[in-house]
Amino acid sequence: MAIILDHVNYIYSKGTSDEIKALDDVSFKIEDGDFIGLIGHTGSGKSTLVQHLDGLLKASSGHIYYNGEDIYDRDYDMKSLRGKVGLVFQYPEHQLFEEDVFKDVCFGPRNMGMSEKDTELAAYSALRSVKLPDELYFVSPFELSGGQKRRAAIAGVLAMKPEVLVLDEPTAGLDPEGREEILGLVNELHDEQGITVVLVSHSMEDVADYADHIIVMEKGRVFMDGTPKEVFSHIEELEGIGLAAPQVTYIMHELHRRGFEVDTTVTTIKEAVDSVIGAVWNA
Amino acid sequence: MAIVETHDLSFDYIRRDEDGNVSGINRALDDVEISVEKGEFIAILGGNGSGKSTLAKHINAILYPTEGYVLVDGKKTDDEANTLTIRQKAGMIFQNPDNQIVGSIVEEDVGFGPENMGIPSDNIWERVEEALKILGMWEYRKHSPMRLSGGQKQRVAIAGVVAMHPECIIMDEPTAMLDPVGRKDVIRAARALNDVEKITIILITHYMEEVVYADRVFVMQDGKVRMTGTPREIFSRVEELQELRLGIPQATRLAYELKKRGLTWLPDGILTEKELVTELWRSYSTM
Repeated sequence: MAIILDHVNYIYSKGTSDEIKALDDVSFKIEDGDFIGLIGHTGSGKSTLVQHLDGLLKASSGHIYYNGEDIYDRDYDMKSLRGKVGLVFQYPEHQLFEEDVFKDVCFGPRNMGMSEKDTELAAYSALRSVKLPDELYFVSPFELSGGQKRRAAIAGVLAMKPEVLVLDEPTAGLDPEGREEILGLVNELHDEQGITVVLVSHSMEDVADYADHIIVMEKGRVFMDGTPKEVFSHIEELEGIGLAAPQVTYIMHELHRRGFEVDTTVTTIKEAVDSVIGAVWNA
Repeated sequence: MAIVETHDLSFDYIRRDEDGNVSGINRALDDVEISVEKGEFIAILGGNGSGKSTLAKHINAILYPTEGYVLVDGKKTDDEANTLTIRQKAGMIFQNPDNQIVGSIVEEDVGFGPENMGIPSDNIWERVEEALKILGMWEYRKHSPMRLSGGQKQRVAIAGVVAMHPECIIMDEPTAMLDPVGRKDVIRAARALNDVEKITIILITHYMEEVVYADRVFVMQDGKVRMTGTPREIFSRVEELQELRLGIPQATRLAYELKKRGLTWLPDGILTEKELVTELWRSYSTM
């Protein structure tokens, strides 16, 4: 069971003078239960790519398979795909519109054709998983804080019981506390409920801390595809396309250059501490 | 001489119900006492709801104190006669560049401020050219702002303020909506305005790595100034910062964790990767 992209191309404004190739021969595979970090410079095609995963945009050519079925097949149930692949847009709180949080969260499942009782059960369980305090369920979404609004918006997607959760820069504009809150929540959904996660992010540190598989986009193409260690070992190539490695990886490289016996494939603080302590004691 | 001073500054947001009766009072600033000298680079750090934006709006005479007062270049902000002078002296940059751009061509947008101030038109073009060159946006002068990247738009917005020849620029989370490249460009521009043009900068942010170059840092929480000091002094207090739930740069965090694990000779308040590497190397090579 997986999502497979097979030579996907997407062209904006096809046939006009403004024609832009936003996705260029993109192929990769997302396994069930993966935590994918999707990184790339602004305009590299990340957002276009994630909108293909739940069928919002249709590839100009190529195929996308969801659990072995071609989603562009005439008989394919696109509506159910949108329930299975939950997409959380950038600044999702701008899409809150109902008079209270609970009604807002009910909108998705009801729209999917769930019965009233199931809708409400799904909404309750989604609000519980994002850990929004009970007393906020029936207040206007506009009275919530930035981080709370975002959790309410994520609950609206979770209520459709997705198998894959795709988040396009879910921490943009939040303060460090809010960022940690949202990433911690996503990580929990992945670890405890086994949801497959695709996280689009500008923060190399966040991607290194949480993802187990990274896809790097550049000019509409897949530039790199591998584990955080594999991807962040190519510092120069990443810098060449305006990206970077996590700060701690640079520190390890610099220490190594000066003669420390440290591991330069380190991408998290925890690994770095162990590696530096080891190098110092062995000196 | 102080360019910005606040004395016992408090501010209440008052919520009213449909009938206009007061339904709630939210104290956003509580007894804030700060003083910023001319030419300083100040950073104000704090999470959402800490009061940092409310403070910024007081310096630009957008909000007026509930209690206490604010002086900009010695002038009281709540005296209406001072409003225009204050807004010219203390320019403001906001989070979202799209909300700050009014012109359909970059150079017209930058000229909007000085034109509004009644500057003669020859002078306006001089100021526009100077401002766009300082911000590295001169080659984009004939472009439509809407086709620029976020970081470029933000630099156009800053050029618009610079063209008004302010003494002080308050930047309220200017990088929050930008990608890493745009963030770097905007911070570099802020440092250059301070270093070269001697403009006082008050940078409000929740990214700690952006405050490394500040002369002084104020840390805010719940409407109060909780910590004041140089970046090094502030960054030595890792536990307090963690309590305030502020994101700590990886170099500082790594140094702190290494100290806890026995490398007690590492100094406090390490700010950058370079410093950490130098310190580790110094001790290591003498061991």
